[in-house]
Amino acid sequence: MITTTGLTKVYRSGDREVTALDGVDLHVREGEVYGVIGQSGAGKSTLIRCLNLLERPTSGTVTVAGQELTSLAGRGQRASAPLRAARSHIGMVFQHFNLLSSRTVQDNVELPLEILKVDRRERSRKALELLDLVGLADKAKAYPAQLSGGQKQRVGIARALAGDPKVLLSDEATSALDPETTRSILQLLRDLNRKLGLTIVLITHEMDVVKTICDSAALMKNGRVVEQGTVAELLATPGSELARELFPVGGEPSADDRTVVDITFHGAAATRPVISELSRTYNVDISILGAAMDTVGGKQVGRMRIELPGRFEENVVPIGFLREQGLQVDVADVAGAADATAEAVDDAVTPAPAGALQKEGAK
Amino acid sequence: MQPLLYDNTLDTLFMVWWSTFYAVLIGIPVGVLLHLTQRGAVLQNVVVNKVLGAIVNIGRSFPFLILIVVLIPFTRLLVGVSIGPTGAVVPLALAAIPFFARLVEAALREVDHGLVEAAHAMGGGTWTIVFKVLLPQALPALIAGVTTLVIQLIGYSAIAGAVGGGGLGNLAYTYGYQQYETSLMIATVVELILLVTLVQILGDVVVRRLARRGGRASSFRVGLRRTRTEEPVAVTEAA
Repeated sequence: MITTTGLTKVYRSGDREVTALDGVDLHVREGEVYGVIGQSGAGKSTLIRCLNLLERPTSGTVTVAGQELTSLAGRGQRASAPLRAARSHIGMVFQHFNLLSSRTVQDNVELPLEILKVDRRERSRKALELLDLVGLADKAKAYPAQLSGGQKQRVGIARALAGDPKVLLSDEATSALDPETTRSILQLLRDLNRKLGLTIVLITHEMDVVKTICDSAALMKNGRVVEQGTVAELLATPGSELARELFPVGGEPSADDRTVVDITFHGAAATRPVISELSRTYNVDISILGAAMDTVGGKQVGRMRIELPGRFEENVVPIGFLREQGLQVDVADVAGAADATAEAVDDAVTPAPAGALQKEGAK
Repeated sequence: MQPLLYDNTLDTLFMVWWSTFYAVLIGIPVGVLLHLTQRGAVLQNVVVNKVLGAIVNIGRSFPFLILIVVLIPFTRLLVGVSIGPTGAVVPLALAAIPFFARLVEAALREVDHGLVEAAHAMGGGTWTIVFKVLLPQALPALIAGVTTLVIQLIGYSAIAGAVGGGGLGNLAYTYGYQQYETSLMIATVVELILLVTLVQILGDVVVRRLARRGGRASSFRVGLRRTRTEEPVAVTEAA
């Protein structure tokens, strides 16, 4: 649905150059909710602005719904008519809502329809229908200043949907909202995604947002996408920082002579009760130190940290059993186990303790 | 004394009305153009921006009295006379256009850039940006600017009056000052004060009404951003 290839954006001021995007290849499938996460300054804001060419990329291409937008860009600051037409079918919502305070809620939603030259009666009908969809039918005549933050964002969403977009871009749409309002806005986005088959690209710095609604995610650092894929794909990637952040497991071993194992559930194996099977088969006592599990499409996915009695050498067989089940098993470094989870993947090169079965990137 | 005061008041209102009319008519497009051609804006054009800015600055730096004199041939060409209320409208309007253009530019600068970006994201072109975003959003500031403009023109019209333009300024000068009719002079001054006060109050009421709609009562974090619409009130006082 959205593809970028080699997207690069360099800002020049005087003789200084700042590379905001450094060869980003993004692939967003139709009908999915795609989250781009990264710290501020990672380039995600530039990236989403390049998707509808609010920012002109320095090089690279952007294709949305089969149309290569980068070929439509006119010269200079002004957008060509074809680009403007393409933009009117790409919805966008903003962190600070960007509603016109001089217009009522209904008139705000009608603005994109005015740009599309829809006649007055049809505009009104459509605007009211959209306001109903976002649950604000009774606020049509109010001014934005009279609304709460969450309500304003609902108006922003209704407005973004006015051009019947196939794609919705969300620029930190929930970052100015409190946690509860954030949840309700994310729920709304999820509903719209399912009901309308809307493809949503959202950028955020909050992992919770990705956790709540994203089917796929990309992690940005210094203008590059360092990881991307569906949640299941990320989980299947050894050492994936995103997977670790999405499914954080903590917990320290209760004593020195214990083996701590991180198990990642994904794919077909995830449906079976492996932990109790393990316990019964080998007659071992298993403590669950931490777990972050989710049900996606009827399957359990996520990560779990368990503790087995005895040192690693004594547990080679049970660990082998887990691997045979098709699970990804990483033996945690006991000494470093305490601080294992929340850290960046960069230091995953820490030497692992003696153990032939140690996986790459395990810790 | 009363018919004299009445006639000259009408002359002043005539001058202020028409010079305001032309200043707004031409000042808004000039202000919009100044805003749109600046660096990073939709119609970014350094040459147009610099030239227009220079013309505006020259217009604004002329002492009004000199401007009247310099413009005499031009005024005569345009309206046939160079004295009287009609003749005064030309220099008044020409002095007011650059003044108001800068007020318009300042008002547009206060419009949140996010709104412009949102309109671009919807597929809006320059026309949409100007007529559906910039001007409506800047309306309170523009009204405050017109208030300042009218008051400025009342003052200028008195200067124009003193050098043959007619109106209250002429009255105060010829009768009050030159013929020592102190009471008439005081009456004229009082009337000018009342006029200015009335215009200011009227402008403030309209601005406040518009601003209330746009949001002092706004909530949450955007509160700071949205209350920008309140600033025009301050502009009036500062100008």
